[in-house]
Amino acid sequence: MKHIKGIVWIFGITMAGELLNRFIPLPVPAGVYGLFILLGLLMSGIVKLSDVASVGELLLDLMPLMFIPAAVGLIEKTTELRAVLVPFAAITVVTTLFVMAVTAKTAEFVLNHKNGEET
Amino acid sequence: MPLYFGMCISLAAYLFGMQLKKRWKLAVLNPLLVAIAVVIAFLKLTGISYADYNEGACYISYFLTPATVCLAIPLYKQLALLKKNFAAVIAAITAGVAASALSVFAMALLFKLPNTYYVSFLPKSITTAIGMEISREAGGVVTVTIVCIILTGIFGNMTAELLFGLLRVKEPIAKGLALGTAAHAIGTAKALELGEIEGAMSSLSIAVAGLMTVAVVPVMAGLI
Repeated sequence: MKHIKGIVWIFGITMAGELLNRFIPLPVPAGVYGLFILLGLLMSGIVKLSDVASVGELLLDLMPLMFIPAAVGLIEKTTELRAVLVPFAAITVVTTLFVMAVTAKTAEFVLNHKNGEET
Repeated sequence: MPLYFGMCISLAAYLFGMQLKKRWKLAVLNPLLVAIAVVIAFLKLTGISYADYNEGACYISYFLTPATVCLAIPLYKQLALLKKNFAAVIAAITAGVAASALSVFAMALLFKLPNTYYVSFLPKSITTAIGMEISREAGGVVTVTIVCIILTGIFGNMTAELLFGLLRVKEPIAKGLALGTAAHAIGTAKALELGEIEGAMSSLSIAVAGLMTVAVVPVMAGLI
């Protein structure tokens, strides 16, 4: 029965997230509302890490599998997709390198700046 | 079609992908990418429709929202790390998220992409669970978003070390933040190979970049 507490918390929070998504007119996914709720409950100590750890880690472990059905939906979009194949490839390659470079260089800049101040 | 067909073929295909990865250790052999390709090929060959497949497979997706909620758990565990390097973490991830949105915007203008595809690519650097929902909320093509996110992760994983070498990035914190912000969980796998600090920083970035992107996409989506 050790998983029941975790299941109740996680699914209850999921439902709360769905309700927020439905009633607040913002494009915020239900899961993201839920993420903040769970984080808040953990930080305030209302939910203990040990309450949700076992079920949470199982769900996180299985998460990649959960994308398969939606991604297989590509099968119904092949003609549409052929039209955007070149931009698709170009965007994937160029923006990934750009984001990685900007993030790394910004981090180094801030870290060096901070160290410079301290010494 | 048996109700459990969709579930079984998806799980078997993923398991097959894991075996391939174990054997050849190539980033391209990402188990999820392999699973998607195998299931699509299987459906094409047998002529089973997507609707028949998804009748059972949809129950796998049913658990995605609670799994997204659980991303709070690793974030909670890394809060100390976030507080300790607060300035660098927030500055770098903000810059990365902005760079992602602006570069996708520029490329979309260049290729004259319609809004549906433009918004499908906007969340391409963040974790699939949040990215696909952002795409759905913005009116994007969710399957295109998912595949782009996975390919982004694999590409980032494969090119990170070369890029860090070329740009002379030496700070482990900077490497971790860059991998997590640009290439989410698949990038984090590379970060974990590089070291413990890189790995922790990268997994922290997955959540932070994902949450920032939730706020950025609705603003950017109206521009095309």
